[in-house]
Amino acid sequence: MVSELINANPVIYEKKERRVRSVPTAAVDEYAVEPIDQQEIFDILSLNLVSLVSKDIKDPEHPYSLEELKVITEDAIEVDDGRGYIRVTFTPTVEHCSMATVIGLCLRVKLLRSLPSRYKVDIRVAPGSHATEAAVNKQLNDKERVAAALENTSLLDMVDECISPSYE
Amino acid sequence: MAETTELIQHIELYVDTSRSPTEQAASLNSIISLVKSDFLTIEVLVKEMRMYLTTTDNVIRARGVLLLAEVLTGLVSKPLDNATIHSLIGFFTDRLADWRALRGALVGCLALLRRKVNAGMVSTSDAKLVAQSYIESLQVQSLGQHDRKLCFELLECLLERHPNEIASLGETFFYGICQAMDGEKDPHCLMLTFPMVETLVRIYPDPSGSLASFCGDLFELLGSYFPIHFTHLKDEDAEVKRDDLSKALMSAFSSTPLFEPFVIPLLLEKLSSSLPLAKVDSLKYLNHCTAKYGADRMAKHAGAIWISLKDAISNSLEKPAMPFTSEPLYGLGFQENEIATEALMLLQKVTLQNEALFLSLINQDEGINIVFNSIASHEHYNNISLQGKQWLHAVGRILYIISKTSMASCNSVFESFFPRLMNTLEISVTNSSGDCTLNENSFPSKKFNFGALYLCVELIAACRDLIMRLKDLAPKPDTSQETCRYMLHMFADSLVNAFSSSLATNANEVAHGADIYFKVKGLQILATFPGDFLPISKFLFANILTILMSIILVDFNKILLWKLVLKALVHIGSFVDMYHESEKALGYMGAVVDKTVSLVSRDDFNVPFSLKLEAVSEIGASGRNHMLKIAQGMEEAIVAKLSDYVHGNLKSAEKTIQLLECYCNKILSWINETGGPEEVLLRFVINIWNCIESCKDFSIQVQEEELLDATMMAMKLATGSCSEESQNIIIHKAYSVISSSISIPFKESLDATSSIQLEELRVSEQIDKSSHRDGQMDKFSLRDEWILSLFASVIIAVRPKAQIANVKGILHLFMTTLLKGCVPAAQALGSVINKLGTKSNETANSNYCTLEEAVDMIFRTKLWNLNENGVLRTCGSGNGSKVGLTDLCLGFSSNKLLQVHAIVGLAWIGKGLLLLGHEKVKDVTKILLECLLSEGRIRAMELKQGLLENSYEQHTVMRSAADAFHILMSDSEVCLNRKFHAIARPLYKQRFFSTVMPILQSWIIKSDSSVCRSMLFRASAHLISNAPLIVILSEAKKLMPVLLDGLSLLSEDILDKDKLYSLLLVLSGILTDKNGQVAVIENAHILVNCLTRLIDYPHMMLVRETALQCLLATSELPYARIFPMRTQVLQAICKALDDPKRAVRQEAVRCRRAWLVL
Repeated sequence: MVSELINANPVIYEKKERRVRSVPTAAVDEYAVEPIDQQEIFDILSLNLVSLVSKDIKDPEHPYSLEELKVITEDAIEVDDGRGYIRVTFTPTVEHCSMATVIGLCLRVKLLRSLPSRYKVDIRVAPGSHATEAAVNKQLNDKERVAAALENTSLLDMVDECISPSYE
Repeated sequence: MAETTELIQHIELYVDTSRSPTEQAASLNSIISLVKSDFLTIEVLVKEMRMYLTTTDNVIRARGVLLLAEVLTGLVSKPLDNATIHSLIGFFTDRLADWRALRGALVGCLALLRRKVNAGMVSTSDAKLVAQSYIESLQVQSLGQHDRKLCFELLECLLERHPNEIASLGETFFYGICQAMDGEKDPHCLMLTFPMVETLVRIYPDPSGSLASFCGDLFELLGSYFPIHFTHLKDEDAEVKRDDLSKALMSAFSSTPLFEPFVIPLLLEKLSSSLPLAKVDSLKYLNHCTAKYGADRMAKHAGAIWISLKDAISNSLEKPAMPFTSEPLYGLGFQENEIATEALMLLQKVTLQNEALFLSLINQDEGINIVFNSIASHEHYNNISLQGKQWLHAVGRILYIISKTSMASCNSVFESFFPRLMNTLEISVTNSSGDCTLNENSFPSKKFNFGALYLCVELIAACRDLIMRLKDLAPKPDTSQETCRYMLHMFADSLVNAFSSSLATNANEVAHGADIYFKVKGLQILATFPGDFLPISKFLFANILTILMSIILVDFNKILLWKLVLKALVHIGSFVDMYHESEKALGYMGAVVDKTVSLVSRDDFNVPFSLKLEAVSEIGASGRNHMLKIAQGMEEAIVAKLSDYVHGNLKSAEKTIQLLECYCNKILSWINETGGPEEVLLRFVINIWNCIESCKDFSIQVQEEELLDATMMAMKLATGSCSEESQNIIIHKAYSVISSSISIPFKESLDATSSIQLEELRVSEQIDKSSHRDGQMDKFSLRDEWILSLFASVIIAVRPKAQIANVKGILHLFMTTLLKGCVPAAQALGSVINKLGTKSNETANSNYCTLEEAVDMIFRTKLWNLNENGVLRTCGSGNGSKVGLTDLCLGFSSNKLLQVHAIVGLAWIGKGLLLLGHEKVKDVTKILLECLLSEGRIRAMELKQGLLENSYEQHTVMRSAADAFHILMSDSEVCLNRKFHAIARPLYKQRFFSTVMPILQSWIIKSDSSVCRSMLFRASAHLISNAPLIVILSEAKKLMPVLLDGLSLLSEDILDKDKLYSLLLVLSGILTDKNGQVAVIENAHILVNCLTRLIDYPHMMLVRETALQCLLATSELPYARIFPMRTQVLQAICKALDDPKRAVRQEAVRCRRAWLVL
């Protein structure tokens, strides 16, 4: 793990006003299908990744969530429920952020565990936001390398810790 | 002598620091009780302790002094003579200098100083000595927290009890106290020191004396605490709340006007800081101090305060503004946070205190003038910039608050601003006061300036609020000469005309919500001015109502406008009703209430029916008279629709249902809440009966079950809310209808023992017909069913004390009809039985029937004859075996449908008995269980006869017997509940559960037929899901297998999904309980199997969700138990991740995580 702050003073963005889902009324259709959508993926990713940032920036005074740092936004998530395809584009806070692969790995594992197996997930760094963009993209979407990374117990522990629900 | 040695032991024990606190406390208590019961005097005690009190060993001396002090604390109420007290206080005063034994000295001084007069008090000279010693020898701030607290308590006690002596000590003491308090940070101590400042100020009241000169120093000490802010919140501080501390500091700040030169600048400075907490606190403090310091002292700060307030109000508006809905808003709908609210309160306070000064400040204020000058540019709401809106809002709120403060300020604000607004709105003074008819052309297609409209509405709203407040004052001030009255009077007519005509014309075009909102609000305010202040003419008032009503009738497509207008009408209605404006009330009744009533009674308006009902109920709620009128109108409409329906107009059924529901939900509940007249209810019920009675021919063929249900519910609720006298009238009426017009005859008076000849029941033939198993049982005529069901409703809802005529006859009637599947009859039977329970000591009359007689009649009497071919006849005619209800339940007749009906009837009767705690319930249970097990018996018989086809029907019988347990145990909405005055013994469910459950369990084990078992499981499931959870938990271990089997059984049939869900909830209740978890360990494997199956349950989302929650809870069971199931569970959850419902997916993710990390 890094010993000093990669980005000591991250820019903090205001949390976006959350869209409120219309509460289903009493006479809701029991058999109606609610497809998986952007917001749901966003909720899966944003709610539970708070500890990643606070842990790795190692700054207890800045416990910001990925959402507040605008690492992930709702608009950067593409979902095609019918074809079972999801593409997440995230933006590391600084260009040389060495945490980019770890963040990406966390995103992937979180989705892997939260979505049905019929989905294919693509995780990408936003174009122009990282110095070794191509390398990171390749690493994140290589099945073998992801599998290998998850064999590494210390890495797996870290990922597990990061994606554990923040309310616990 | 023995006592002395005992005493020494106790002292030794207390002084020994190695002993446990409990032991020490025990020895202290025994010493205290020795002294209390006079076995020991204080003198002896002190003598015995002299060594401990004077030794050079610091620890022992400290403990010794503390012991003596604690003993004295325990003896507060024991009288001591003055000499003893004198010497003791002398001792402790000396000890104050001994810092190693300080704790004891402080406790001792406190104990002595706190003594009451009758027990001997410390003399004033001694108290003075204590104070002197305190100042000379104590360095408070260098002590620990607890000692500091004791020091402050001592100081507080001195200040309170001996203020004169303290005052005579003069400056030195004053500085001593200041020094002691300086730099204190502990909240507990601060809670003591802040009030001490107040006491100090009281003791030195001389403004030119020492206090005046020390004020600066004292404030320097206090000021640093503002604003109170806890940086580290520890648990031990939890009992001292920030609010309490802040309040204490606030009263310290305001304790003397001499603080004013220091406090106000500090507060104003903090007000301009960026910390919201500091702002709110400054405003609160300013508010408090203003009152305490007085107008003269505050006057010099007026300018600064005004500027700060203006900034605070306009800067604290939070974006975004709320959208304009039918809910009332403040100003332009910006959310006002605490700062703005406090600032406005303060503004009101300071204006009240220094009227002229603040009014001139406002009149000359540049910001406000700029807003007014630029108002012409605020033509449309949408075109105003955000900042412009904020300013407009702030100015509106400020003017509103100021004008509301007093008549003089209202006048002043009106004088300076109102004409300008009228000018902008281009509204001129009404020149002819007589002619007020609406002139559509006077404002031809003119758009209002929005900014001016808003401010104008704020002003008149403030004026009205002020007037309404003054109205309540005891000597009503004369308002006839006020400027604002004069001005409003001048413009009122034109304003009303302008608002209403623009609303009317706007109705055709799309207007912004804000525009509509303020126009409607303006009209509403103008209509609700008290008549003596602003005499709006009758025509004008009528005009307003007509305009508003026409919108209600026509513009129902514009939801916002419609809702706003309805709200306004309700406001006007409640104003008219509350303030007895008789003329306006008359107009309102005619223009609004009557018209609203006609909305429901006539179909010639296009308004959607749901909106009609909303309008009716809302307007009704605005006043008692209105509601009475509306209730009558509704009633007439319902009766008319009902008679329409029975004459064959099927279309009216749906509307009638809505009307009835509205009547039940809105009008009945209003009457219940406000204690309205029950004559309305009585009349409603009687009218329905009249309607039913007069309709001799039901030309309708298709039965609307829902309509009958709704009518029954309304009948029940209305009857249930009546008093006994009214209920007696209702019963009488109902009885007369049923006895005269029903085609089923029933005995006027049935003697339970003799069988009287009666003509044959038509029922029996029909039952006969139905035995052809065509699936459709011919019921009695529709009219009979209606009358019978409504009669049953009346009987269900009456109070226990109400007189039911001819109980036996009615019982007989119900007994007969329930066999035809008339469930209300069965419910009524249950209710009658239930309520007979209380009548035991009433005088017997001919009609009267005791509970025992009734029960006897139901269970023993053989009412019917059964022919060989299964035809049922009333007892007495024909030959064949006589049967009673019990026999029918047990299947004496080959007609299975008859048996099912008998079982359902029996269940309801059983419920009535069960609530009552009657022992006959046992028999009912026995019969039901008998039916449950009947299959085995029948099977044997059928095998003999080769009649297997009958088994399907037999299953329905068994199933209804199992479901009878649901009826018995569950709370019913339709009868036998508190609303309908059922008598319920406490814990009846527990009792029933614990008697029946073991029987069922033993039979489950014995039973060898699968159908039998499944029915037994079904019955157990009903019992379990309705029993209180606490009972289930105590027997969870035994119940678990039954519960799980019940779950898998219920998941087979889609009709059982609600029952399945309630049973699953019981399971989740068990799993989330600690004891419950222990109970399920043994069955973990079956449990997981069952839950994984339920995850796929397609018919109910809640079942899937709860099943996942249960699985989540299961993951907390012991590792070794559940690990083998891990793979199975994870596979099952994988499917749930792709569930159609979002909530289930979320639950699945959570559950999966829990099982993954196992």
